[in-house]
Amino acid sequence: MNISLLFAALTVAILVWCFLLQHLKAKPWLEQGIIEEGGTTKVPAPRVGLWVFLAVVTSLFGLFTTVYNMRSGFPDWRPLQDPGLLWFNTGLLVLGSIALQRARGASRRENLDSLRLNLTAGGALTIAFLIGQLVAWRQLTDAGYFVTTNPADAFFYILTGLHGLHMLGGLWFLAQACLSAWGKPKTSTVMEIANVRLRVELCSVYWHYLLLIWLLLFGLFLST
Amino acid sequence: MAYVAIADRDTHPHDPDTFITKYIWSQDHKVIAIQYAITAIFVGVIALGLSLLFRLQLGFPDSFSLVAPNEYYQYVTMHGMIMVIYLLTALFLGGFGNYLIPLMCGARDMVFPYMNMLSFWVYLLSVIVLLASFFVPGGPTGAGWTLYPPQAISEGTPGIDGGIVLMLVSLIIFIAAFTMGGLNYVTTVLQARARGMTLMRMPLSVWGIFVATILGLLAFPALLVAGVMLLLDRVIGTSFFMPEMLSMGAAIDYGGGSPILFQHLFWFFGHPEVYIVALPAFGIVSDVLSVHARKNIFGYRMMVWAIVAIGALSFVVWAHHMYVSGMNPYFGFFFATTTLIIAVPTALKVYNWILTLWQGDIHLRVPMLFAIGFLFTFIHGGLTGLFLGNVTVDLPLSDTYFVVGHFHMVMGVSPVLVVFAAIYHWFPKITGRMFHEGLGKLHFWLTLLGTYSIYLPMHYLGILGIPRRYYAYGDTDFIPESAHTMNAGITVAALLVAAAQSLFFINVIWSLLKGKKAGHNPWGATTLEWQTPDTPPKHGNWGHNLPEVHRWPYDYSVPGEKEDFIPQTEPARADAIPNREHARSTK
Repeated sequence: MNISLLFAALTVAILVWCFLLQHLKAKPWLEQGIIEEGGTTKVPAPRVGLWVFLAVVTSLFGLFTTVYNMRSGFPDWRPLQDPGLLWFNTGLLVLGSIALQRARGASRRENLDSLRLNLTAGGALTIAFLIGQLVAWRQLTDAGYFVTTNPADAFFYILTGLHGLHMLGGLWFLAQACLSAWGKPKTSTVMEIANVRLRVELCSVYWHYLLLIWLLLFGLFLST
Repeated sequence: MAYVAIADRDTHPHDPDTFITKYIWSQDHKVIAIQYAITAIFVGVIALGLSLLFRLQLGFPDSFSLVAPNEYYQYVTMHGMIMVIYLLTALFLGGFGNYLIPLMCGARDMVFPYMNMLSFWVYLLSVIVLLASFFVPGGPTGAGWTLYPPQAISEGTPGIDGGIVLMLVSLIIFIAAFTMGGLNYVTTVLQARARGMTLMRMPLSVWGIFVATILGLLAFPALLVAGVMLLLDRVIGTSFFMPEMLSMGAAIDYGGGSPILFQHLFWFFGHPEVYIVALPAFGIVSDVLSVHARKNIFGYRMMVWAIVAIGALSFVVWAHHMYVSGMNPYFGFFFATTTLIIAVPTALKVYNWILTLWQGDIHLRVPMLFAIGFLFTFIHGGLTGLFLGNVTVDLPLSDTYFVVGHFHMVMGVSPVLVVFAAIYHWFPKITGRMFHEGLGKLHFWLTLLGTYSIYLPMHYLGILGIPRRYYAYGDTDFIPESAHTMNAGITVAALLVAAAQSLFFINVIWSLLKGKKAGHNPWGATTLEWQTPDTPPKHGNWGHNLPEVHRWPYDYSVPGEKEDFIPQTEPARADAIPNREHARSTK
């Protein structure tokens, strides 16, 4: 459980750093009157909510990785032949992430055309990635690697499946952002684009994070 | 994602008007809290009933034939799982968390009300799936609440067909519900506090719930991982946890897995789970003691630090549940050390509670009685925890009733006493009416003395070496007749305690109908939830203007003041000590 220990320590260190240093030194019984505390009104709540959710996702995949490492040390572990298609899928996901990053830039510059294009492209690339993953599963089963063949195969299916589910959940929110971007009239004012901006920003952060998780998972598969 | 503006507003836009949107599909945190609480208490009563059935079997094995051996294991399992997860976790975080966070922080609602509503309905689904396992062929799982493989999914364990599958599915659904709720609680505390409500001005109840939620968000994934993998082992025959073994003389299809791996995962969740329940209880007790002793909480800063420290340490003590699992003995040394270290901040909190009472103007009202009762049971359970935290003491005691006694003292009776303290304390705010004081006091004394006469004798049974998990002991040489008598006595006490709980339900129903009107602040409390314009608070909580917070939550019996409490919304006095540390930053 070394990795989860490390993970727990890291999380805790961040928490302690955030709170202890900034706030916990206060002596509230001595202080009267209004105290403004930065952060509560400046940062939109959905952004904080997303970061908290990413912590949960980190915990989930971190624990799975730990278990993967522990289980792969057992003598019955027979690593599977990773399908070459995964490289192609990885490329799709990278492109998807780039598209969303460009969409984020477009929403900042209030360039509605570019925003629509990049959002849609990001969604399409992600769907292509998911289809690619399913094809990779198909190739594996054709080659005789079933879920029950070996724990290595089972882990492959679980981890790719879980990652895919997280992407699918992200697509739901991306679809909403897409709909509201396409729903805006051509002549939208700056204010009207502003409410799309937060959605696009959160989607892009989520995509980058899931890309990072996928790269780590892929590295894990390749290394064992 | 809906986002509720936290600014002042003139009207209540989108106020729910139909019965369904107001009480069923409600997005109001107070209604959701009550939905959570009622559901949790409902399953809790079922779990209590199950415990009575198997207690009757244990106390009078020859007189009753209510429970067959496999049912005994099923009831024990369901009792444990329901009480720990579906009652305590749901009630403290889904119930009190939902009710108290927005009110105590001065917010109009949770920041994601729709997701909050979803959280409750998904929780309800998990409860339904769990209870459905009573009606499938083979009944619910009897694997013990820890669900250890290989026995949890091996032939011969009750509920191997549908029960274990439904249990795991229900847990997975519960975790989804908890995550939705948890994101709300954390984000609301961080982002939706009223003006002037700094983190260090939050009441300790909010601190406890906040840190417990963070623990839950990080620890429940471990249960999810374990649950998903065990489910796959059971349903499609992978071998994550299942070793090569013989069952009924024949080799089974599994091979190569590690049961200890499951234990690590389970307890990486399971130990923080203890504090997911305990930290909100710590916070609530602090507030109840302070209000009813008319004294500020002793060492507020230290209390906050202790909550954070306990939360952090709770992630590095999990394997003290596994001393007898056959893991590397050096691990035991490490985990015994961390376990003893976590006793330090915990003891600190206990000292501070006692020092809060010291020379206070103590009003022994019902919530106060329950809070003081908690001090007794928690100290008791905590001290026996020090016994079990040491490897050499734990090994002989591990499979005996000593563990049952310890665990129920610290994780059963203590949180439940706090639940009652909290319900009696906030009942006037939630319903607008006072409860019946005499009935409440009777409920307290019967519960406290009754639970003591259940769990104190269990420690003696444990030291005698009476093993837990047995359906019947029969004539065994090392068990003296007196132990059997004691066992019967425990069962009688358990029946009495269970019967005494009906007083609580009678009190709630009577008070809802006939209770005296409470007024907005019957206890003279300082925190924001007692300063709402309406009692019970309406949707949106604060009327036109959000409250502004000018002071910390524990200004009780301040010398030279007319009243013995100053609400947090009361502006600073002219002669107040100037706010030096923050003066510069606010300009």
